[in-house]
Amino acid sequence: MKLEAKGLVKRYGAHAALDGASFSTGEHEARVIALLGPSGGGKSTLLRVLGCLLVPDEGRVCLDGRDLPHEEAGALLERRGNGFVFQGYNLFPHLTAFQNITLPLQEVHGMSAVQAGQRALELLHRLGLEGHEHKRPSQLSGGQQQRAAIARALAPRPRLLLLDEPTSALDPVMTGEVLDVIRELAEGGQSIVLATHEISFARKVADHVVFLAAGKALECSTAAAFFGQPQSQLARQYLEGLSRYR
Amino acid sequence: MFLAVDYRWNWAGVWKYRSQFAQGWLTTLGLSLAAMVVSVAAGFLLMLGGRARWMPVRLLCGGAVELVRGSPLLVQLLIGYYIIAEALHAGFPLVVGIAVLGAFHAAYLAEIFRGAVESIGASQLEAARAVGFDRAQTYRFVIVPQAMRRALPGTTGQLVSLLKDSSLLSVIGIEELVQKVKVMNAASYAPLEGYLPLAAAYLIVTLPLARLAHGLERRFAYET
Repeated sequence: MKLEAKGLVKRYGAHAALDGASFSTGEHEARVIALLGPSGGGKSTLLRVLGCLLVPDEGRVCLDGRDLPHEEAGALLERRGNGFVFQGYNLFPHLTAFQNITLPLQEVHGMSAVQAGQRALELLHRLGLEGHEHKRPSQLSGGQQQRAAIARALAPRPRLLLLDEPTSALDPVMTGEVLDVIRELAEGGQSIVLATHEISFARKVADHVVFLAAGKALECSTAAAFFGQPQSQLARQYLEGLSRYR
Repeated sequence: MFLAVDYRWNWAGVWKYRSQFAQGWLTTLGLSLAAMVVSVAAGFLLMLGGRARWMPVRLLCGGAVELVRGSPLLVQLLIGYYIIAEALHAGFPLVVGIAVLGAFHAAYLAEIFRGAVESIGASQLEAARAVGFDRAQTYRFVIVPQAMRRALPGTTGQLVSLLKDSSLLSVIGIEELVQKVKVMNAASYAPLEGYLPLAAAYLIVTLPLARLAHGLERRFAYET
């Protein structure tokens, strides 16, 4: 994908979560873009703007040559073409893992119950949730919930998969399970934008990095360039800080 | 206690009125059931109206809720029947009674429903948007199913109150259970023999209603 943001501003009261963020992946065809940077730097907000869950107060985003819509009807269509995975999983607690996947397929994407059911089982099995299809989220572990959430996001074959710190709430074992799934998806050709603190994972899987701090995009470059020679002092400190104990 | 006050029972005196009693009981049940349907439907609409995007609708629904909750049911019944229905030439006491009783409890239910709906977290609403649900789908598939369980205990209590409040409908000439018992007392001078079965007749309905609600709560139970 080709991704370009110009002067993005998103304010919450007096606080600007995005404060004039601009970046571009240029002519480089990016498959997996990692959003890195300190907490509170604007990663989640930027991801929501890219996924049309939030409309920026100022600025615009251009994805593969077209501007993302700011009005609700267009944004809804855009969201229906994306898959979104949250830090807190956000599965629907009153539905089983299976129903969490089939309900949007049937109601949003017009699939029949049979088609939706087949697609749900295919994904749940692929993501290692065989035998857990008919459990409610509260009966699943965190890693299983996050894999079910990834299955839900993947079910309608999204153009773009957006993941907001998908492993921040998981222990190291579960983190590994979920990162394995994401790596497989990336290797399978899925376009992904991922906000994360897992820099060793980003180094292996991402081909482009946007480094955000205080609502601004301080760096935007290929993963090799960013991890090899970070330009800004802040990015160097961030990488050093995160690699100190791993 | 009855011995202490030296009460002389006269069950034979009231037994004659058993068919009147049964009639009153059926009237109470029938009109309460109708008013319950009205109150739940109107309460839901008032809750939706209170959350509408268009401010006049929000103000209208919010104002109606406060007005109805802030004034006595008795006054609403008298105004509803002797003024509004009279002016509209729609003087069927039963219809007016059901409408006023339903509207009165709808105002309370609207607040119970609002509380339940507002307790659904922002992350659920965001997830609903993320999977591509529009506003109506979000209500139908995400908010209402989850809010229903949270609203259930409050709603049951409100419906039990509605059933008991139906006794006030005697003021507009509806011969429901309490009115029948009053008539019976006037004739037989045996108040307790009338009022004790009256209490039992309400409990026969309200206790199973509460049990049913507990059953439903368990059925919908899931951890969030």
